[in-house]
Amino acid sequence: MTQTSENIVPNAEPVEMLLNMGPQHPSTHGVFRMVLWVDGEKIVDVVPHIGYLHRGSEKLCEGEQYNQVITLFDRMDYIANFNNEHVYVRAVEKLMGMEVSERSEYIRVILCELNRIASHMLFIATMGLDAGAMTPSMFCFRGRERIQGLFESVSGARMMHNYFRIGGLKEDVPDDFVAQVREVLELVKKDTEESDKLLSFNEIFLARLKNIAVMSAEDAIDYGLTGPCLRASGVDYDVRKAAPYSVYDRFDFDVPIGLDGDCWDRYYLRVQEVYQSIRIVEQALDQLPDGEVTSSLGRRLLRPPAGEVYVRGENPRGEIGVYLNSDGSDKPYRIKVRPPSFCNLSALRQMLKDSWIADSVVILGALDIVLGEVDR
Amino acid sequence: MPATILLAISLGDFIWLVIALFIMFSALSGVVLSLTWLERKVLGRLQLRLGPTRTGPMGLMQPIADALKLILKEDIIPASSDKALFWVAPIIVVISAFMIWVTIPGTQNAVIQNLDLGLFYIIAFSVVGILGLVLAGWGSANKYGTLGGLRAAAQLISYEIPIIMVAISMAMLAQSLDLREIVNGQDDYIYFLVQPLGLALFFIAGLAEVGRTPFDIYFAESEIVGGPFVEYSGAHWSVFFLAEYINTFAIAALTVILFFGGWSGPGLTGDWGIIYFLLKVYLVIMVIFWIRGTFPRLRIDQLMAFAWKVMVPMSFLTIVMTAVYQFYGWPAWSLTAMSTTGLVVVGIVIYKKMTAPSKLVAETRSRQAALEAQRRAPATGGGD
Repeated sequence: MTQTSENIVPNAEPVEMLLNMGPQHPSTHGVFRMVLWVDGEKIVDVVPHIGYLHRGSEKLCEGEQYNQVITLFDRMDYIANFNNEHVYVRAVEKLMGMEVSERSEYIRVILCELNRIASHMLFIATMGLDAGAMTPSMFCFRGRERIQGLFESVSGARMMHNYFRIGGLKEDVPDDFVAQVREVLELVKKDTEESDKLLSFNEIFLARLKNIAVMSAEDAIDYGLTGPCLRASGVDYDVRKAAPYSVYDRFDFDVPIGLDGDCWDRYYLRVQEVYQSIRIVEQALDQLPDGEVTSSLGRRLLRPPAGEVYVRGENPRGEIGVYLNSDGSDKPYRIKVRPPSFCNLSALRQMLKDSWIADSVVILGALDIVLGEVDR
Repeated sequence: MPATILLAISLGDFIWLVIALFIMFSALSGVVLSLTWLERKVLGRLQLRLGPTRTGPMGLMQPIADALKLILKEDIIPASSDKALFWVAPIIVVISAFMIWVTIPGTQNAVIQNLDLGLFYIIAFSVVGILGLVLAGWGSANKYGTLGGLRAAAQLISYEIPIIMVAISMAMLAQSLDLREIVNGQDDYIYFLVQPLGLALFFIAGLAEVGRTPFDIYFAESEIVGGPFVEYSGAHWSVFFLAEYINTFAIAALTVILFFGGWSGPGLTGDWGIIYFLLKVYLVIMVIFWIRGTFPRLRIDQLMAFAWKVMVPMSFLTIVMTAVYQFYGWPAWSLTAMSTTGLVVVGIVIYKKMTAPSKLVAETRSRQAALEAQRRAPATGGGD
């Protein structure tokens, strides 16, 4: 679509100014660009532009062997690497009808939930910064840094871990892993509580976020929102509960849901999810069985049978889906990802209608998009 | 003492004035350096960080390193900017910031030129700075800058009114617009004790005047990326920065002079009172930094609503209270009672009526608790 003023704002008379926000804007969370039509301080219309981080990941996957694709999935949602790896290896395992050892599933779940905590802490930090509060970001980054230190001891990298393998893991976790995780969990809980107390019920923060960009449950479902953005509207839907995968059915945890479907609910829901994820990790640590985690398949050239498979999982940002089509060769014929950020972003235009310029960064922040995943 | 007209003074006095202005300029620059260091350290400690540590002991040389960096940086002037306005805007801002300090007394004698209409002069010059911000926003030919400049105009002019009103009621108490007289009028009791409502209004409006959190709306980094300053770099930007800190210092100093008895304090007499003055001013500034480390930022419409629906009526109330107290010659505690009642009762009532947050907190908390209870109930009922 060509962007001229005629087809963007067909019947908005009092347009005063076109304000280009991004891709080099501190609050567009990466290289997202919004073209705002503003009337004074009010937003009349918005045209989102994506693609500044497009690397053709899905096409690249077709040129790589199955084991090599894992590292490409690391780079899609670069805030939640383990969750992305998990959904991909589950897709290949499902295609091959492969059984994975209990221990590796437990370790995968522990790492995924820790990654969810890290991702949500980053969200809380940036939400505070978007609203103008700088201190919670320091508390949250401290907690996130602790988790990433843990990831480094496990996989050798703070981000882009490349640790999950088809049929297992790259190698077993360090000997003191359980003790380390327990120690980190305690500290992370404290960090979250600190920033929660400081920010969540702050009057100015509430004034900025409450009743902003309200989405009804129907609207949220219609737009295909998933994850915290959907649950904030009061829809009790979490892939971990709705279609339990891996070993998630063995843990006792709640799915927090929101009250009004506004930005504050989207924020507070993630704070609550951090506590729930801590619960899951604690239970998983208690139940962690012994056994093998490495599979010889991980090092071999894989040739899954021809066929197709669709696997979904709950990422920190919502439901991620991987469609995998194999022609029986050592490389996937086609991989299509349903990225939660991209689908959540589709509701941006409705959310921004009739809001203030200052709200736009808060609304975008509450959607919690990762551009690596939107553009792929 | 009548105000002296500069042209009519003798050569000796003129030289003295030049030297005094030079001293003021240096002292204020030193104050700004100390404030940048202090702000980074205080914020660091609030956020469980160390703040600057690498430059000199305790990072004390950090402001000098910053200043050097800013001066050595390339000063970029955008090609599409209005160059004259772009150049003149920082100068207007910084001159108005310095001009205020001509008449703010550190002690009875530590003042460049005491004016009978000191308070009037300060308020008049503090408005001039707004012109610089608007020109900066407009001259840089940047939409974020323009938005920021317009926000600055709206915000600063709105909050100027409560400041003027409160200043007037303080002048009524002291029966003078001369800052030295106002301080001397607080010999028996500091005005904070009789007019706490006035202090609250003055401090809040002062925060808005200098654009400190939670009122840093006109250069909101996460929204309009620096507002009027977005196109400025190097030395030009550092001039804005200088003006901002001098203004912060001035608001803190005025708060101390109007409400906390300026340089008066037990033990120290004469010009040694400047120690008390600086101590009090830095304490007020610490509070400003503390607020910066705690609060998010308001939105422009919330800010304006707060100004016109809460601040302005309440500041009129302080004038009425002071006038009634002065006219009938009631004892001082009666004004204290009136002002405190005003602060507590009227403040809470207006705040709850006019702004949503308080109601929202209570409502959200109760609904959240209800949701939690509701979720727990079936879990325990159906548990096995």
